[in-house]
Formats: sequence, structure tokens, C-alpha cells
Amino acid sequence: MAVSERISGSHTVGRFRYSGIRQREIKRFFTALLYLLPSLILFSAFTFIPLIRTIGLSTYLTNPLGIAVKFVGLAQYEKLFSTPVFVNSMQRSLLFVAYTVPASIIVSLGLALLGNLRLKGISFFRMVFSVTIAVSAATASLIFKYLYHPALGSLNYVLTLLGFDPVPWLVSENTALLAVSLGTVWLQIGLNTVILLAAMQGISDELYESAMIDGANYWHKFRSITIPMLSSTFFFLIVVDMLAAFQAFTQIHVLTSGGPLDSTNVLVFSIYREFYFNGAYGFAAAQAVMLFLIMLALTVFQFGVLEKKVFYD
Amino acid sequence: MDYKLKRTLTNTVLYIVLIVVAILVLFPIWTAINISLLNDSQVAQYPPQLVPTQFSLRNYAHALEQAPLLRYLFNSVTQSTLVMLGQLVTACLAAYAFAFIDFKWRNVLFLVFLATLMIPWEATIIPNYLLIKKLKWDNTFQGLAVPFMATGFGTFLLRQFFLKIPKELHDAAVMDGCGSFRFLITIVLPLARPALGTLAVYSFLQTYNQYLWPLLITNDQTMRTVQIGIALLQDEERFMFNTVMAGVVFVLLPTFILFIFSNRQLIRGLTAGAVKG
Repeated sequence: MAVSERISGSHTVGRFRYSGIRQREIKRFFTALLYLLPSLILFSAFTFIPLIRTIGLSTYLTNPLGIAVKFVGLAQYEKLFSTPVFVNSMQRSLLFVAYTVPASIIVSLGLALLGNLRLKGISFFRMVFSVTIAVSAATASLIFKYLYHPALGSLNYVLTLLGFDPVPWLVSENTALLAVSLGTVWLQIGLNTVILLAAMQGISDELYESAMIDGANYWHKFRSITIPMLSSTFFFLIVVDMLAAFQAFTQIHVLTSGGPLDSTNVLVFSIYREFYFNGAYGFAAAQAVMLFLIMLALTVFQFGVLEKKVFYD
Repeated sequence: MDYKLKRTLTNTVLYIVLIVVAILVLFPIWTAINISLLNDSQVAQYPPQLVPTQFSLRNYAHALEQAPLLRYLFNSVTQSTLVMLGQLVTACLAAYAFAFIDFKWRNVLFLVFLATLMIPWEATIIPNYLLIKKLKWDNTFQGLAVPFMATGFGTFLLRQFFLKIPKELHDAAVMDGCGSFRFLITIVLPLARPALGTLAVYSFLQTYNQYLWPLLITNDQTMRTVQIGIALLQDEERFMFNTVMAGVVFVLLPTFILFIFSNRQLIRGLTAGAVKG
């Protein structure tokens, strides 16, 4: 609209009218800015400036109050890779991603397929399958803390009833991260199921009908219609769940506090511990920058691939 | 086998599968409710009791007596309401500008809003923590709420909705001397009620379930939020699992009410990011 106005203005009436339009354009800009101002101020104060300050802080040594005292260049980053703290937490985070992301997507796919059946009362089951979207990480972790309890917990009891050996869940450094992951998968299936169900309902019935005419059975339809049509949704979920896994904190804080033997000291927990307890603000900031870079890479990758490849329509 | 019988049979099998899976999904929640109803000796015995044998709210009374859960709940609801209102106001204003006003650098500024979605809160948390300390906003509601009052996601969501309102309506109204702010209040907002509901429910739930930020900036008993308060219960030796689980159920109750009665808005909010276009 702005373009057509400008063209007709400069053509028909000439200079006087043109400067009026110019003025109106400037006025519009400032009107718009007024509407954007509350958001822009808040974003600057709590997102953009803090991000720059995090990067700045990562090049300094600080006193215990977090005030920068000595510029050290990239020394904090060298420390990241030469001391075990960051290498360990990076490794723990990657393992956590590997434990949680595929499992929660596969379980959710099963739940969404069940929820997508055309049966009476199915909306009740849909609600049940998505119930964990209403559960906070803190409460879920407390429930799992009970389930995993070595003496009182019911999980090991159920396992022994089924003939399995009891598992040392949170007590052993070999199983603690797996135990935290199991709780996280449960927490994540609600969201994943909701998104998969919405995507499944978006697939047109005609596709299935024409497949039926061709004599396709359920498995055929699943493999050659449902899965390909959901490819962009899977991709979206993989990225979103990976982002969530890299940001995990609450489960760790409630269930293990990073232990035993740092086996659950994932990235965000390590950031928290380094600045909040150890007062190593610069070192924690360097880890936060690494977290930001991982998230950025994942999001850019998502935009890139989503735009190019996965769209089928 | 005739067709009808076969269908009844398949349906029966499917219902059995659905019920078994539903029980598995609900098992942790069932556990919380079950444990919250057991008495002290029942919760300490082995093998653990998987179903309650009595119905008593004793543990709930005990939890409410021993920990200021109602105060925590008040804090969480206040924080979540403030964030929700703040996000509604800032996102409405910004989305209005992006949807209805043609201005220079509109696309650039829109990208700035989207860029906030790529910056994880955890990556900015150290300077934010230092800032709140410096402002002496720790243990205050403004410290809990103000940092979250702008939203790139919400702005995007509302803009998508506003774009469906014909622009001619805006141009005609402005031509008739209706100011653009009045247009937003009297025409756009009533039309956009479903989208506003979605954003409201979504932001309330997100804030109510926050953990890391309130953990960092509140250490005063009277300012703790409900998620932190409940997590701290388990650290105290004097509380047994039945009291802790009563607290858990108490904390879950508001979100379950929201989940049941605002299910559509909530799901629309959660799927908004996933839907293409």
C-alpha cells in the first residue's frame, strides 16, 4: 500500500504532495514504534543486553559478587576444554538428549496413533494421553523421587513382581541419568502427543480413502501416508525436544542435585552451580555462551531444513 | 466371520489397549494421589500399598499446617497473573503495529522479535540475576514477573490472528476519524478473544510451572513460589512421603483445573508453534 501511494503521489501532484507523504511515513513509523516500545524495552533489558553482558562476562575474572575485575580474554574458554567440568556436563547433556528425545517421540507417536482412532469416547483418552502438559517438572520429579526410593518406592516392587531385579535408580552413577531421563520422557509425552495428534488430524481423509480403494491395510497406510505426512512434525519435535533437553534443570535439582559423582551434572545445572555456589561467574558465563551457541545452531538448522526439505505440500 | 462381529472384536481389543496404556500414563499421578491418602505406618511399610484402603485428608491438613502452602500458592498465582496481563498488553500492542501499520523497517523489527525466541533464558540468567540483585528486586513480585512481560511467541501468535481481520476495516475506521488505539480497543480486541484466551492460558501455565528463576531470586519464606516451596518440603526430614505427595496434589490441582476447563485454548497455544504458515 505504501508503495502504490508513493508512486501515484509523485506522479500526479509533484513535490508538495510528496513531502506530505514523506511526513506521513515518518509519523507512521513513530506511531508503530510507540506500540512496539513496551516490548522493545523489556527485550532489551532482559534479553539482548544480558546476552551481550554474558558474552562480556565470559572474558573476565570476577569477584564473588559477580563484578568483573580482570580481563582474561579467551582464558575461560580454554578452561572449558582443559578442565573436566564442562567436558563432563556437555557429555552428560548429550547423553540426556540421546536418552530422552527418541524415546519420548516414539512413545508419543504410539499414543497419538491410539488417540487418532475413530472410536466412541476417544476424546477422553486423548485428554489422558496429553495430561502431562499440566504437570510441572518440579511435581513430576517429586513423584519420581518416591517411585525410585530404594526402600519405599513402588517401582522396584513392581519390577520384582514382574520377575526383574531391582534397579539402584538414583543411587548409582550408572543409572541416575537414565532414571532422570525416564521421568523426563513421561513429562514430555503430553506435549509431543498433542502436537502429533494435531498434525495427524491435519492429514486429509482423501489420502486414506484412495489408499483404501487401492487395497492398502493399516500398516501400509501408516508407512506410506502417515509417516511421510508427519515428517515436518517429527523434525519440529526433534528440535524442540533437543532444545528442552539442553535446558533441563528442574528434574536434576529435585532428583539428584547433579550427583552421584557428577553423573547428572548437565549443562544448565553446571552453569547454576558454578555461578550460584562457586561464584565463578566468568566461567559460568562461558558455559552459558556455549549453551546459546548450541541453541542457535539448532534453531538455524531447523529454519534452514524446514524451509527447504521437509515440506511436502 | 461376519463383518459386524469382527468389528466388535477389534473394537474390544482396541479399548483394552487404550485402557492399559491410559493406566500406564496415569500411573505416576495415581501414585501421588494414592500416597497422599496413606497414613504414616502404611507409607513406611514394605511391600508398598498400591491402592489406598481409606479416604482421609489428614495429610493435606498436615501439609497445609506445616508449610505455608497457601502463601506459596498466592505468590505463584500473583506472579502468573502479572506475567499473563503484562504479556497480553505488550503482545497486543506490538502485534497490532505489525499487522495493521505499514512502516519502515517493519520486517527488520519483526525479526528482532523472532530472534528473542532463539535466545534461551538460561543463557542470559547470570546478568539478569545480577541486575535483579542490584535493583533490590529479589524477593519481590516485580522481580518475579517483569522480566517475562514481553513475549516474542505471543506477539507472533496474535499477529497471525490479527492478519485475518480485513485491513479495509482498519483503513475505513481510521478514515472516519477513529484513532488507531481506539480501533485496537473497540474492534480488534473483541474479535481476537480466542487468540487472547490462548495466550492467557499458555502464559499463565508456563509461569506457574517456573522453577529456576524463582529459585534464584527468592529465599524469603513469604516470597517463595509453590514449585520451589513444594520441592523444599522433601528436604526436610520431618516430612514423610505422604505429606509431600499431599503437597504435590495440592500444587497440581490449579493446573489440572486449567487443563480440563481450558483444554482447547491450551492445546491451541501449544500447537501454535508447530503449525506451518
